[in-house]
Amino acid sequence: MKFRTINKKVLRLLAVLVPLFLLFVYVALQSGPLAPVPVTVTVVEKKQISPVLFGIGSLEARYTYRIGSVASGRIKTLNVDGGDVVHAGQVLGEIDPVDLDEHLSAQLSGIKRSEATIMTTEALLHEARAKKEFAVGQAKRYELLQQARAASAESVEAKHQEAAIASASVSAAKAGVNAARQELASLKADYQGMVKQRHNLKLIAPVDGLVTSRAAEPGNTVLAGQTVIEMINPKYLWVDVRFDQLQTAGLKAGLSAQITLRSQSNRTFAGSIQRVEPLADRITEETLAKVVFTALPVPIPPVGELCEVTVLLSALPAVPVVPNASIHRVDGLIGVWTIEDSKLHFLTVQTGATDRTGNIQVLSGLKSGATVVVYSKSALHAGSRIKILKNNRKGIPL
Amino acid sequence: MISLAGRDILHGWGRFLLTGVGLGLLIGVTLSMAGIYRGMVEDADVLLKNSGADLWVVQQGTLGPYAEPSSMYEDTYKGITGMQGVALAANITYLTMQVREGIRDVRAMVVGVVPGGPGEPGQPGYLIAGRHITASHYEAVADVKAGFALGDSITIRRNRFRIVGLSRRMVSSGGDPMVFIPLKDAQEAQFLKDNDALLQQRRRITDNPLFNRPGVPGLLEAVIASQTTNLYVNAVLVQLKPGYRPEVVAKNIHRWKQLQVYTQPQMRSILVDKLIATSAKQIGMFLVILSIVSAAIVAFIIYTMTMAKIREIAVLKLIGTKNRVIASMIMQQALGLGAIGFVVGKIIATLWAPYFPRYVLLEPGDAARGFIAIGG
Repeated sequence: MKFRTINKKVLRLLAVLVPLFLLFVYVALQSGPLAPVPVTVTVVEKKQISPVLFGIGSLEARYTYRIGSVASGRIKTLNVDGGDVVHAGQVLGEIDPVDLDEHLSAQLSGIKRSEATIMTTEALLHEARAKKEFAVGQAKRYELLQQARAASAESVEAKHQEAAIASASVSAAKAGVNAARQELASLKADYQGMVKQRHNLKLIAPVDGLVTSRAAEPGNTVLAGQTVIEMINPKYLWVDVRFDQLQTAGLKAGLSAQITLRSQSNRTFAGSIQRVEPLADRITEETLAKVVFTALPVPIPPVGELCEVTVLLSALPAVPVVPNASIHRVDGLIGVWTIEDSKLHFLTVQTGATDRTGNIQVLSGLKSGATVVVYSKSALHAGSRIKILKNNRKGIPL
Repeated sequence: MISLAGRDILHGWGRFLLTGVGLGLLIGVTLSMAGIYRGMVEDADVLLKNSGADLWVVQQGTLGPYAEPSSMYEDTYKGITGMQGVALAANITYLTMQVREGIRDVRAMVVGVVPGGPGEPGQPGYLIAGRHITASHYEAVADVKAGFALGDSITIRRNRFRIVGLSRRMVSSGGDPMVFIPLKDAQEAQFLKDNDALLQQRRRITDNPLFNRPGVPGLLEAVIASQTTNLYVNAVLVQLKPGYRPEVVAKNIHRWKQLQVYTQPQMRSILVDKLIATSAKQIGMFLVILSIVSAAIVAFIIYTMTMAKIREIAVLKLIGTKNRVIASMIMQQALGLGAIGFVVGKIIATLWAPYFPRYVLLEPGDAARGFIAIGG
């Protein structure tokens, strides 16, 4: 009887202790260095991948017109403001001409005076010609009188001299008329020049476009060359995009691109690469390119807006491809963990291009058909115990 | 000969088990506490190992990039790449900040890495879902502890990033999960001022007659443009070619580039001896107190167990049992309690370890030492 009670008690005690011990063994095997590492694997396949370039840039106007005065001065009027649509030839504003108008009227008076001078000199020429005709006639008459011995040789010579003087007076008067005409031409040219200068003080739109900014106000003094009005041609917008130099292999003009504006992040606009700039940015280590829209977005987004540009390159020849998560670095070497006969081996590989979805080419070191580890719950070592989980995890982490 | 200890345990087996379990809980706490300390050191080690660097090049005279702020020009790496023995040099930035996702925000260490490819220094070593960063902007790989899922959109400063991959055990020395983003975005997050500050700065410069001179058109724009560039990084991670000694290359870089260079042991010592020293000491102190308390409780339990059996012991003495036999009975019971306590403690510590906010590393060595201490 006594023996049986003890036996029952022992059994009860063991019923608690044995599961406890088994749990201990299980816990010791499932955590710590003895635990197997859960991994997922994939089979290497030969696949074509299309590398994708991704760059960001800003929407810029292809042509920006900075309109300013060619002479220093004070702004008299400005007729437009940012956002106004203007036409070629439209007067956008004017620089105060100060005394230029007065100079112009003085010049006009000078021209009139010069015209009067011409009339005076022409009258003088007429007078001189009349005097010359008379003097020449007189000289001829006195010659005839001398032949009839009715006049002295002295008086004939006096008449000849008078004729010569009258002839010289005509030449002088002609020169006077010429000089007056030249002066008139000079004054007129001066006047034209001043009219042009006066016209130059007007700020005129060179093309049809959109005023983007008004950098000064009436009353401001601006220097020669300083921008007063900035305008763009909204028909010609492009994206000034920057690509990290690490991934610009294959970037060339004519490739199609997708443009996403920061303000409309769920829409993409079609475009193409207009040109790749021959000069890269040395400091930021980026290659610059210009991307144009196939059709401009409506309404036109603000110039300077941030854009993301995705460029699809043509597909590369099929080679073994693995997910980039399977590439590891062990002791300074790049490679993949392969599973052969349920044992882990590290294979050094040479990687190539990668695409947007994270597939990376393996150029050498791995053959298609091999099984490689993609995800692992902790860092792997040669000889790690592993437990292979189902591959289709739909983004659920291990 | 009958086992006195066994008979006695069987006599009050329920009470004996419960005492053992209670002791186990206490041992579990002690083991966890040791695990927390080990976890902190392990975090530091993992941080170093995962950065994939043989050398850290930082601003001269600083203990950066983990222990002190360090900033250097981003083109410094070009000069370092050309040094003898250097296989690869990569810029990196570290910034601990709040990362927003929807309405919640998570404290994280944002790491800016060159999106070159897997295996480059600074990239997470292994993933548990998704893929590595492939675009040079607006993609992120986050540590699973941050609680983000693949495809989530997170906000860092003014930009939104899509989570494309999840890593594990990538935490800062403070235990914050890491979020890896492309370097250029990280530079922007770290060095670019917020919009209001930029606006105020522009206004100040515009109001300054020195910069806004009517006689020099374009000066103002040039000054404003020069103020908004961000060409700094926190550190350059260097990988060495095989066969070169880190100390020699580090000495050369320090000598010729006038930069501070740390090797792996030096960086580990900075992290372990300087960065987590205070919190480690704190936990160490707590561990000592806990050990003393545990020892005291075990002593009290054995004392009360012996006191409860004082009559039985008296009878044993009367029938002429040797003191050695009585002592061994008490000793065997104490060892039994210790064994149950240790098993329960180990199980419990392992089960609750994953729920700690920081990594808890239960080292078998610690458990063995604990077992020996209990036995002793």
